[in-house]
Amino acid sequence: MEKFTTHTGIGVPLRQSNVDTDQIIPAVYLKRITRTGFEDALFAAWRKDPSFILNQAPFNAGSVLVAGPDFGTGSSREHAVWALKDFGFKTVLSSRFADIFRGNSGKQGLLAAEVAQDDIELIWKELENAPGTEVTVDLVSKTVQCGNIVAPFEIDDYTRWRLLEGLDDIGLTLKHEPDITAYEATRPSFKPKTLPARLS
Amino acid sequence: MAKTLAEKVWDAHVVRKGDGEGANAQPDLLFIDLHLVHEVTSPQAFEGLRLPGRKLRRPDLTIATEDHNTPTLDIDKPIADLTSRTQIQTLRNNCQEFGVRLHSLGDAEQGIVHVVGPQLGLTQPGMTVVCGDSHTSTHGAFGALAMGIGTSEVEHVMATQTLSLKPFKTMAINVEGTLRPGVSAKDIILAVIAKIGTGGGQGYVLEYRGSAIRALSMEARMTICNMSIEAGARAGLVAPDQTTYDYMHGRPHAPEGADWDAAVEYWNTLHTDDDAAFDVEVDLDADTLEPFVTWGTNPGQGVSLSAKVPSPDDFGDENAKAAAERALQYMGLEAGTPMKDIRVDTVFLGSCTNSRMEDLRAAADIIRGRTKDPAVRMLVVPGSARVRLEAEAEGLDKVFKDFGAEWRFAGCSMCLGMNPDQLEVGERCASTSNRNFEGRQGKGGRTHLVSPVVAAATAVRGTLSSPSDLDPAPESAAVRVDAA
Repeated sequence: MEKFTTHTGIGVPLRQSNVDTDQIIPAVYLKRITRTGFEDALFAAWRKDPSFILNQAPFNAGSVLVAGPDFGTGSSREHAVWALKDFGFKTVLSSRFADIFRGNSGKQGLLAAEVAQDDIELIWKELENAPGTEVTVDLVSKTVQCGNIVAPFEIDDYTRWRLLEGLDDIGLTLKHEPDITAYEATRPSFKPKTLPARLS
Repeated sequence: MAKTLAEKVWDAHVVRKGDGEGANAQPDLLFIDLHLVHEVTSPQAFEGLRLPGRKLRRPDLTIATEDHNTPTLDIDKPIADLTSRTQIQTLRNNCQEFGVRLHSLGDAEQGIVHVVGPQLGLTQPGMTVVCGDSHTSTHGAFGALAMGIGTSEVEHVMATQTLSLKPFKTMAINVEGTLRPGVSAKDIILAVIAKIGTGGGQGYVLEYRGSAIRALSMEARMTICNMSIEAGARAGLVAPDQTTYDYMHGRPHAPEGADWDAAVEYWNTLHTDDDAAFDVEVDLDADTLEPFVTWGTNPGQGVSLSAKVPSPDDFGDENAKAAAERALQYMGLEAGTPMKDIRVDTVFLGSCTNSRMEDLRAAADIIRGRTKDPAVRMLVVPGSARVRLEAEAEGLDKVFKDFGAEWRFAGCSMCLGMNPDQLEVGERCASTSNRNFEGRQGKGGRTHLVSPVVAAATAVRGTLSSPSDLDPAPESAAVRVDAA
């Protein structure tokens, strides 16, 4: 995973709450077996509408998505994070993220920054009044800056550390392999195994 | 120290406590007892294992099936959609390469991954269960800690049989009282989501408690736990009891002999201690609950079936007001319209929420001896090939076919329309599934989430209806309205 320290890019105001992962990437695009190449799938249904914000310059070159509360609800599809990244987004700001989406973002180096809704409203106004305004998201100081607005954001310390260091989760866990083996030796015999298969 | 059920299951699976304390605490490393795999969220994870030459650590705790892409017609023919066919073939190749047990289309144990685990007896109390699918919360009905995960975590579990997890908060959902006839588990969970909202459960594990929950069957408990994710929760669970044990006993992978006794002794400890405290408690009155239905485009936008379509002005919060306006426009609804005046084009009975034997029986009991509204198309999709076989053994297929419904093969089907079962633009559906998002069941499709008995009554009348709206059936003695 690439390290994330700070990012500056065009902010995209998405004035909508409950942006679920079916909107971020409709199910039909989940049939692919690759981990990249999902840029065309991002908000595919909404992008058919020419007035949708990502169809308008300069927002089509945006990299900081500023969304309403409860972003990323619904399906666990990590494809939602891949699609946002493939389109060019580096970070999403929202006052509330769905848990699974937030977790998936952290695994993939997309910064899900929790910003108070009052600050989101101020940033929306700034971005709408002056389209193309850049937003800086600084993971070191945990602040967002947009025009004259400077706002703090929340992220859990562990995810922040992993993003700052660009650490791979599996590599971290495998350092504790002896602990896993020791735990396995204590599991009771009544716990089920899928193999050998027992059938009805 | 007094603990909640969820905390007990968590503590029993800690491989390694995270370093640090308080705000700087690292996540605990938890052992995963069962990893369920399907074709959509696994290919990139298998590829991630393959590239650095990593092994699948525990094939014997992993099981795969095909469900999201699978057609529900002509299952003996090659899958027509080439990308679907490729994705399923990729799962088959990966399972062979990594030694994973797979139940493919055509196999008697194939079906929706969350129906297959419990029916095989692989889902048991006190386990940690994960799957690259948000509705993994279903398995919480057994008192398991069951969570949906993304593909990176799928790969992590494949490589290590563990997950790094941050502690959660606990929420009790207390449902006391007795459900009235025609009111079911689906109505409980839709009412809970309407009450706490789609973000109300974020960061929490929900425990469903109270006399109304204890009175529910295992399949009904699965319906409730299934939709915990729709309230934003990480997981939802119900403490195991005699109902749980009776359901489990004799299933293929249930413990046997001395193992069964040891298991029950352990399972009996899996309840929230009397003096344990939840972070939040929410109460719901089962006595006054009515059949519930959604009017909008998120599962929290629901009302009693006897109510009217709300107005955006009913919402104080600006975001909720804007969301309601947008939802009404998408759904093609006018504020103030009685919900029961809304005509539907399609009824879908299926999905990991409501596709088990009890769901099919409850719907069949409503339609038996009645006639379907000729303008309505009804699709019945059993949750698994095994459910389909059992239903046919009971003659339920005949009841559905005589009524004019389509009796299909097992899979996720129209819940998310990854296979050919989709709504047309503007088509309106009463669906027993779990999500009414824009375009979820097909581009431009409009979804009303309902229980199996409401779905069945709606198919009879053509408008959103509860069983109590129906005229007596010609052979009304045969009608039995089970809470499912």
